[in-house]
Amino acid sequence: MIRRRSIGNLTFDVVIYILLILLTVACFYPILHILLASFSNPSKLVAHSGVLFKPLGFTLNGYKLIFRDDSLLVGYMNTFLYVGLGTVINMVLTIMGAFVLSRRDLYFKNHFMIVITITMFFGGGLIPWFLLMKDIHLYNNLWAMVLPTALNTWNMIILRSGFQSIPVELEEAAIIDGASQAKLLTRVIIPLSKATLAVIFLYYLVGNWNSWFNAMVLLKDRDMFPLQLLLKEILVANDTSASTMGSAGGVVIDSASSATAYRELVKYCTIVVSTLPILIVYPFLQKYFVKGVYVGSIKG
Amino acid sequence: MEIIRKSTRSILKRDFKKNWFAYMLAIPVLAWFLIFCYGPMWGILIAFKDYKPLLGFSESHWVGFKHFIDFFEGPYFWRVVKNTLLLNVWGIVFGFTAPIILALLLNEIRDGLFKKTVQTLTYMPHFISIVVVCGMIHIFTADEGVVTQLLQFITGKDYSSLLGYSSFFRSIYTFSGIWQNVGWECIIYLAAMSAIDSTLYEAGEMDGIGRFGKMWHITLPQIRPVIVILFIFAVGGLMASGYEKIILLYTPMTYDTADVIASYVYRRGLRESSLSFSTAVGLFSAIVNFALLWATNKIAKRNSDVSLW
Repeated sequence: MIRRRSIGNLTFDVVIYILLILLTVACFYPILHILLASFSNPSKLVAHSGVLFKPLGFTLNGYKLIFRDDSLLVGYMNTFLYVGLGTVINMVLTIMGAFVLSRRDLYFKNHFMIVITITMFFGGGLIPWFLLMKDIHLYNNLWAMVLPTALNTWNMIILRSGFQSIPVELEEAAIIDGASQAKLLTRVIIPLSKATLAVIFLYYLVGNWNSWFNAMVLLKDRDMFPLQLLLKEILVANDTSASTMGSAGGVVIDSASSATAYRELVKYCTIVVSTLPILIVYPFLQKYFVKGVYVGSIKG
Repeated sequence: MEIIRKSTRSILKRDFKKNWFAYMLAIPVLAWFLIFCYGPMWGILIAFKDYKPLLGFSESHWVGFKHFIDFFEGPYFWRVVKNTLLLNVWGIVFGFTAPIILALLLNEIRDGLFKKTVQTLTYMPHFISIVVVCGMIHIFTADEGVVTQLLQFITGKDYSSLLGYSSFFRSIYTFSGIWQNVGWECIIYLAAMSAIDSTLYEAGEMDGIGRFGKMWHITLPQIRPVIVILFIFAVGGLMASGYEKIILLYTPMTYDTADVIASYVYRRGLRESSLSFSTAVGLFSAIVNFALLWATNKIAKRNSDVSLW
């Protein structure tokens, strides 16, 4: 009886392990493939079809091409600017909003909450939003990349839950000791909410780094484009604008014969260069993300 | 009456004195909501006008439901409604269940290192930007791409770039979505599973149910509230979801399966400048969306006591 049970148990485990390993490989292999291809010899790469287990030959020419080219570097600098400024504004506004919503004794507390909740279910839609952006001159300038996304309601509610999980007694003690509300926020609430703050900071950071749609709709000048929008031109040549025809998104290739091959290689290299920073950092931040998802799911 | 008014005023006065700092912080936050969330709601009115940029918002002529009727009677109404619904049904059948299955499998693993490795690697794709994901899809489904090659190997047929076939669009869209989000979305379920009372499993063991039985009869029912809430959200986002990815992946060749309401709004509105028409289509979609959310919530409330409101 016990023996049969354990054999059943063993097969159950084996099946589960096999399924999980297959799934993990399926999730990770595409990333590995891109990485290996980015170091491969472009002409061999074009001739090759199917799975890669190691780079085909070895070259850094793709990366050299990218970094020799100005447009991607400009894209990088723009992205740093938008992400830096945007995330600071995100954090300040979110902390302010979460603080207000977490005040238990505020007379208008529930009214604020209603004003905010309605926007999670109703909106104006794309076109009215776009026309408004143009009307208030958030078009083709730095603020167009920062202000429309200055706040995320969901993140604000997560942070409010974080603030509310601080014991009331602690806040009362600080008030009795003579702390003003400003001091209460900066000296007690913020230091005690570091974990939740880290979570929403990372959400905003990744979100800002990866965003492209607002840039596509609201920016006109190429020298203001963030990295993701340039990537769109290089990787997803859906609209055949002139710039993507003779070169790979501005990366000019000298010899016409290997142009196609190099254009492929540049694709792989730009993916690596634009994605690797986040993929390297996030395993260290994993526990914060997990906590954030959890807080968001039980309290939201 | 007079007394009540007075006391309300004095309460407000006291509240403002005590909480003036919070009120000051509230001003910019509320201003942001009013401008960026409520501002566009006002603009919905142009769905009932013939909006001409030169005439401006208030000077453009009222046309009533003309744009809605144009949309309902137009050749693309059924195409975009059908595609929107079908893509989302696929998303719920495959995309919604996949993370639940992964969480159930991972929950059976006792080896901490293996579990952590699987988790780390499966939710890596979540952090890749949608532009890069679509770039990767383009690469892998190109003529010589790995996925194309695999499909040729399995079916024995010759395929060129898969994104050119409208019959493959739903599969590509749905399964790349699972690839990107399965690891991430299973976190919530795993968290819910870790909170299950272990005495339940001991009781199950006494009753002689096997490992699969425990999974089916204990773990799954225990996380049902989480599943229901996420399901309501999934249905609530039905009409609006995923347009960024669709805009990046579709081509005129695949419009007949790929074009959804949101991508149609984007194309007609911003590409072809039919601003009023496009707003009307967007409003239609928002109304249907809210109705679906409301209905799902009501059904969930009646059948499982779990609901959003």
